[in-house]
Amino acid sequence: MSEWWTYRPSDFLLFAPRTYYRLLEHYGAGLWPWQIAALAAGVALLAVALRGRPGEVRLGLALLGAGWIAAAWLFLWGRLASIAWSADYAAPAFVAQGALMILLAAIPLSAVPTSKPQRLGASALLVAALAYPLLAPAMGRPWAAAEVLLLFPDPTAIATLGLLALLPTGRRAVLMIAPLGWCAFQGMTLWTMGAPEAGVLLGAAVVALLLPLAGSLRRRDRAARDRPPASPAA
Amino acid sequence: MPTTLDRRTVAAGLLAGGAAAALPRAARAQAPAPLAKTIPSTEEKIPAVGLGTWITFNVGDDADLRKDCVAVMAAFFEAGGRMIDSSPMYGSAQAVVGAGLKALENPKPLFSAEKVWTSSDGPAQIEATRKLWGVPRFDLLQVHNLLNWEAHLDTLFAMKDAGKLRYVGVTTSEGRRHGELEKIMAAKPLDFVQLTYNPVDREAERRLLPLARERGVAVIVNRPFQQGDLTGRLEGQPLPALAEPLGGTTWAQLILKFIVSHPAVTCAIPATTRVDHVRENLAAAAGPLPDESTRAKIAAEIAKL
Repeated sequence: MSEWWTYRPSDFLLFAPRTYYRLLEHYGAGLWPWQIAALAAGVALLAVALRGRPGEVRLGLALLGAGWIAAAWLFLWGRLASIAWSADYAAPAFVAQGALMILLAAIPLSAVPTSKPQRLGASALLVAALAYPLLAPAMGRPWAAAEVLLLFPDPTAIATLGLLALLPTGRRAVLMIAPLGWCAFQGMTLWTMGAPEAGVLLGAAVVALLLPLAGSLRRRDRAARDRPPASPAA
Repeated sequence: MPTTLDRRTVAAGLLAGGAAAALPRAARAQAPAPLAKTIPSTEEKIPAVGLGTWITFNVGDDADLRKDCVAVMAAFFEAGGRMIDSSPMYGSAQAVVGAGLKALENPKPLFSAEKVWTSSDGPAQIEATRKLWGVPRFDLLQVHNLLNWEAHLDTLFAMKDAGKLRYVGVTTSEGRRHGELEKIMAAKPLDFVQLTYNPVDREAERRLLPLARERGVAVIVNRPFQQGDLTGRLEGQPLPALAEPLGGTTWAQLILKFIVSHPAVTCAIPATTRVDHVRENLAAAAGPLPDESTRAKIAAEIAKL
C-alpha cells in the first residue's frame, strides 16, 4: 500500500454503523433462544476462573474453542462477510484458533496460577459474559443486538483473554495471538464507528499484553531484593 | 453509441416498477434538468452529478435497507441522474445496485461506472461484477486506486477495442498518488480519471485538472463531502450571502456547485442513503453555477469555518 501514512482507520470502514447494528440485531434475532444457553455457559466459565481447578479450566478452554468456531461459522461467514470482505479472511483464523484451543485443552494442566492472574482472568470473563451483552441495550439498541460470548466474536475474544490468564506462559502465548489481533482490529473498527464497545476491546488487549510484562518486572524486583549484598573488598 | 437522456423513459420505467409510488407526488413533479457536461473523448453529454455507492450501498442482505437503496436510485433517475459508480471493494454494493436496477426494470439512462480492483485475474473480476449488475456491458471501467494498473489498462483497452466497453479510466482518492496518476494521464489515452476534489481538498487544481483539460480526459470527483466530514463540520453554520443568487439552500449544494463548476470536472458522485439528499444533490447542478471569483469566495468562506 503506497502512501500508507496518509490512511486513517476510517478509510477501511466499509459499512455504515446503522448497517452493522442492524446486522447484529438480525443475527441475534435469528439465534434466539440460544443466547440463554450462551449466558449460562458464560456464568459457568466465570465459576471456572474463580475456582481455578485445572480440569475445569481445560473444559472451559475447549468450550471457548467451540465458541470461536461457532462465531466464525455463524457470524463471520454467515453474516458479516456480506458487508465486510475482511470477514472472509478472519473466519479461517477463528476456526484455527478454536481447533487449537480444543487441542490444547487435551493436555493436562499441573496447576493454575492463583491470586492476581486469576482475579484478572475472572474480571475479563465477568465483562465478556455479563457486562458486554448489556452494552447494546444501554446504548439504545434492541436487546436482539446484545452480543453474548460463544455466539458473537467480540465477547468470545475478551473471554478467551481472561481464561488464558490461568494457563502456563507457553500455551498462553500461542493462544493469545488471535484474540489480541481480533480485539485490536475490531476495537479500531468500532472506535471508527464511535461505538463504546471499542474501549472494552482495546482495554482488554492492553491489559492482556501488560500482564506478562508486569509479572516479569515483579520477578526481576524480587530477584534483586533476594540477591545477597556484595562482600566488601578485602 | 451514446445513450441519450430521456426523462420520460425513466419515469415510465419507475412507474412500471412501482418504485416511483414511494416518491411524494410533489417530488415527482417536473424539476429542472441538471447541468450536462461533455465527455471530451466522444462529446457525449452526461449530468454533472452522479451517485456514489461507497459505504451507503453496502447493506448486505438487509431487506429494508435494500429497499431504501432502491428508493434512492429511483429518485436519482427521476431527477435526471445517470452515472452510478461502484467497485468490488465496496462489499455488497455491487449486488445492491444490481438488485436496484432490476427492481427499476433497468432504467435506460443508466451510465454504469465500475472498477477493477485485484492484483490477479482482472477479466474474471470484471465478469463477476457485470453479472452482479445484470448489465450487458459497462459504460466505464476504471482501475481502482491504480492497483496493478498496467495489466488492467491493457485489459480495459482491449475490451474497448472489442466493443465490450465504452470508456476506460483510472481512479485515486484523497489526494494519493497524484504524481503517478499524472504520468499515466500523459502516457495513456484515458477517457476518464477519478479523483478527490472539493473546496478544501484542492490539490488537483494544481496539475491534474489542467492536464485533464489539455489531454481531453473527463474527470469524476469522488468524496465531494469528505465522506460526510465536511458537511458535518459545516452543519449549523449559516450559509454565506453568495449562496442565495446561486440557488443553493444547503452547504452540500454549495459544495457541489463549487465542484461541478470547475471547467475540467465532468461529474461529481456524492453517496447518500437518503432520497431527499439525492434530489438536493441533483438540484445543485440544475441551478446557476458560480463563476471563478465566486468559486474562490466559496472556498474562502468554508476555509474560515
